Amino acid sequence: MQLDYFQLIDRIVDLNLDEKKITVEAQVPTTHTIFEGHFPGFPIMPGVLLTEAMAQSSGWLILGVLKFERMPFLAIVKEAKMRGYVSPGQLLTIEAKLEHEGSGFAVTKAKIRVGKELRCSAELTFGLAPFPDPALRVHMDAMANKIGFPLQAITHD
Amino acid sequence: MSSTFDQIANIIAETCDIPRDTIKPESHAIDDLGIDSLDFLDIAFAIDKAFGIKMPLEKWTQEVNDGKATTEQYFVLQNLADRIDELVAAKNAAPGA
Repeated sequence: MQLDYFQLIDRIVDLNLDEKKITVEAQVPTTHTIFEGHFPGFPIMPGVLLTEAMAQSSGWLILGVLKFERMPFLAIVKEAKMRGYVSPGQLLTIEAKLEHEGSGFAVTKAKIRVGKELRCSAELTFGLAPFPDPALRVHMDAMANKIGFPLQAITHD
Repeated sequence: MSSTFDQIANIIAETCDIPRDTIKPESHAIDDLGIDSLDFLDIAFAIDKAFGIKMPLEKWTQEVNDGKATTEQYFVLQNLADRIDELVAAKNAAPGA
């Protein structure tokens, strides 16, 4: 997790395009300036960042389903529930499932666990658009490589 | 069983917090009800789920942008209900349906 670059995802553990599910891991840093303010004496991950982590996990799933032909942009967050604290140094397991692929949009449900304990969940809707700039596509390819996106999963039907 | 229009109107009322009695078959979703594109995503998801279809929103939008169709054809609610009925009929007629 590189909070300064808004990279909330470290590693794709599993991408199942038949079931339209993804599992990723993200290691919360042990120290960061965010924890100095949120909160003094009681550092916890902000809910907006946990929501973003669910969105990024969902985004990689959608990119896989769409074979990188379009970029998902977060549009709607529903039923976001912060069910427990997430502390510095904890390892997050994030699961997302594609609930619906509509015309120009996609809906996922995502969950974050620490160990077996559910800490957050949300339903997320994304607008799907052509990559607005070639640089973004290049960046997503590099990120895919970095986080272990299984490219073979989208080259075979 | 309620009509397609009634089902759509109920979805719009619930999704956009618009009083149900103000939603009429002749209402234009955008011009009369003020539904924006983000709310319409929510509505489209609910309609797709309720009817088991995939409304071709991008195709419709392209037709409007190209001048091949008017927004009224797709976004006046009775017309939208008719389009949905066509999509449901096409799905039911498809092999394996």
